[in-house]
Amino acid sequence: MTRVNMVLLAVLVACALSLVTSRHQARRLYVALERAQAEARAYDIEFGQLQLEQSTWGMPARVEKIAREQLKMQLPTAARTEIVALPARAETPR
Amino acid sequence: MKAGATTLRGARLHAAPAPARALPRLRAPRGFGALPLLFAGLVGRSVYLQWIDNEFLQTQGSARYSRALEVPAHRGRIVDRSGEALALSTPVKSLWAFPGKFDASPAQLAELARILETPPQKITARLAANEDFAFIAKQIPPEVSERAMALRIAGLHDQNEYRRFYPGGETTAHVIGFTGDHDAGQEGIELAQQSWLAGAPGSRRVIINRRNEAVEDVAAIRAPQAGRDLALALDTRLQYLAFRELKAAIELHKAKAGGLVILDVKSGEILALANWPTYNPNRRDKVARDKMRNRALTDVFEPGSTLKPFTIAAALDAGKIRPETVIQTAPGSLTIGSHTIRDVHAAGPLTVEQVIQKSSNVGAAKVALGLPAETMWTMFTEAGFGTVPKTGFPGEVAGRLRPAKSWKPIEQATMAYGHGISVNLVQLARAYTMFATDGEVKPVTLFKTDGHVAGRPALKPETALAVRRMLELATQPGGTAPKAQVIGYRVAGKTGTAHKLEGRGYTNKYVSSFVGFAPVSQPRLVVAVMIDEPSAGQHYGGAVAAPVFSNVVGSALRMLGVPTDAPVDNVILPPPGSEILEET
Repeated sequence: MTRVNMVLLAVLVACALSLVTSRHQARRLYVALERAQAEARAYDIEFGQLQLEQSTWGMPARVEKIAREQLKMQLPTAARTEIVALPARAETPR
Repeated sequence: MKAGATTLRGARLHAAPAPARALPRLRAPRGFGALPLLFAGLVGRSVYLQWIDNEFLQTQGSARYSRALEVPAHRGRIVDRSGEALALSTPVKSLWAFPGKFDASPAQLAELARILETPPQKITARLAANEDFAFIAKQIPPEVSERAMALRIAGLHDQNEYRRFYPGGETTAHVIGFTGDHDAGQEGIELAQQSWLAGAPGSRRVIINRRNEAVEDVAAIRAPQAGRDLALALDTRLQYLAFRELKAAIELHKAKAGGLVILDVKSGEILALANWPTYNPNRRDKVARDKMRNRALTDVFEPGSTLKPFTIAAALDAGKIRPETVIQTAPGSLTIGSHTIRDVHAAGPLTVEQVIQKSSNVGAAKVALGLPAETMWTMFTEAGFGTVPKTGFPGEVAGRLRPAKSWKPIEQATMAYGHGISVNLVQLARAYTMFATDGEVKPVTLFKTDGHVAGRPALKPETALAVRRMLELATQPGGTAPKAQVIGYRVAGKTGTAHKLEGRGYTNKYVSSFVGFAPVSQPRLVVAVMIDEPSAGQHYGGAVAAPVFSNVVGSALRMLGVPTDAPVDNVILPPPGSEILEET
């Protein structure tokens, strides 16, 4: 009888300890998840900022301004445009 | 120690026995009665705290170990048809303080001013302005806010906000609109699509540890709802092209305002919609409301001759005339009652084709008078005049088309060439889709759609084709708009020059317009241009608006990779010095 009780006590202690460790484990993992989510949010924010930057730099108005002012480019006039007709007019319904 | 103990023992041994004192008789029962009473009081109190009045302690307790966290959700982006961002939100911070509790040392204040890049006096002025609440800095980048908060100034707080940016700036301002306080749409698409774009922040309760880190989820109070992205039909490249050409024309002709619309013939999508004057939605503190109007949709004007093709189409469809029917326009005027309609350049007999090509008011009026008012009204209504275009833009107007029963003959005659009726530019562009297709009017939309959209038949296919041919003639020598021609592409279109109606009469101010489409062999784009009050000498639609059409449609077709349908030497301009005829 005593022996059975001792075994049960040992099992009980083991269970209690494993509960404590798994609880601790769960909290640690949760903190890690929390950090990862915060990181994801930060990346999300950065992605938004980069998108904004990309579309601001890529706006046609800015591209044209640089082409005209820094690179001294200009639109070809009608006189300087040559249109090459395709040898066999391919039908490209789009 | 030992000696002391002995002494004590000795003292006890030799001490006289204490006199026996009788205890009060009721002491024991009282004591035994009082103790359980006290104990019962304690039990009662704990029961009360545990089960009955537990709210206070519960909240106080949970305030120490749990916390509600805001889960942010930002407003959806607005993108163009290829996914280029036209409006997007990024998180920013605002710094605020209770001026009474704000306590910064001079060194801290100087450092704060340096971080925020403002003079320290400005910060103190803001604090002095209101004693309850003051913004120290609004909508600053999160990094800057972090550096400011690191100073640990007492009474300084930060809050999360979103700021909306518009990379397209003034080119897309009128269509997109903008958001106001709390990231809520206030104008344009931002307003119309508020419920689609807006996100709802969520909230959840967590348990925190002593480092203020969340260690466990308790409950989700509200799930966050992210805003959804919205794809517009606009093409950023075409939009810029339209804006650039419109602006250039307005500056050249010293005009007051203007608009330009590009429609996709197949789907009815608005590929570009530009307005002048405009504003920068990213910096709109001192912009007049007037500049924020999307004139192409919310303002109406009398279209003038751009309406003649509809009169002719109604008569052709009804079988009253044929393209080669001859109409006598001499002597260049037509008197109806007490009113006289005039052509600027009197001509003799003209075929119906030539009436469009040379834009004869008298010719168009005579055709109209040969029709029942009901027939003309039906044609205008089918074309979409007098009904809102339903593009999905807030505040678009229907224009004015009175019921046919109320028309007097003179009104029917003037409506034939676009006076006594008002339209907006998008309506006008949409109406021309019936000539660009086989007689179908396409529904127009600002939102991206995929592929072919069926229209509503308004004309017989052969009528559409006949009018298309007349409109092509109008852009060729002998027509009113040779300047609308484009190298390599066949174009068709109609000029309009209308006197502006002010108060009760017509003035000598004009609205010049051109509506056309290209390539004629298989139309892809409808382009409508309107220039309000050109005042640099020229005011005819053929001189003011047609060149804008030519530049826009030529570049747009090349950008879209549409194959050419004409030889490269197709542009035949009248010899220099010769006058281009134009009627109003």
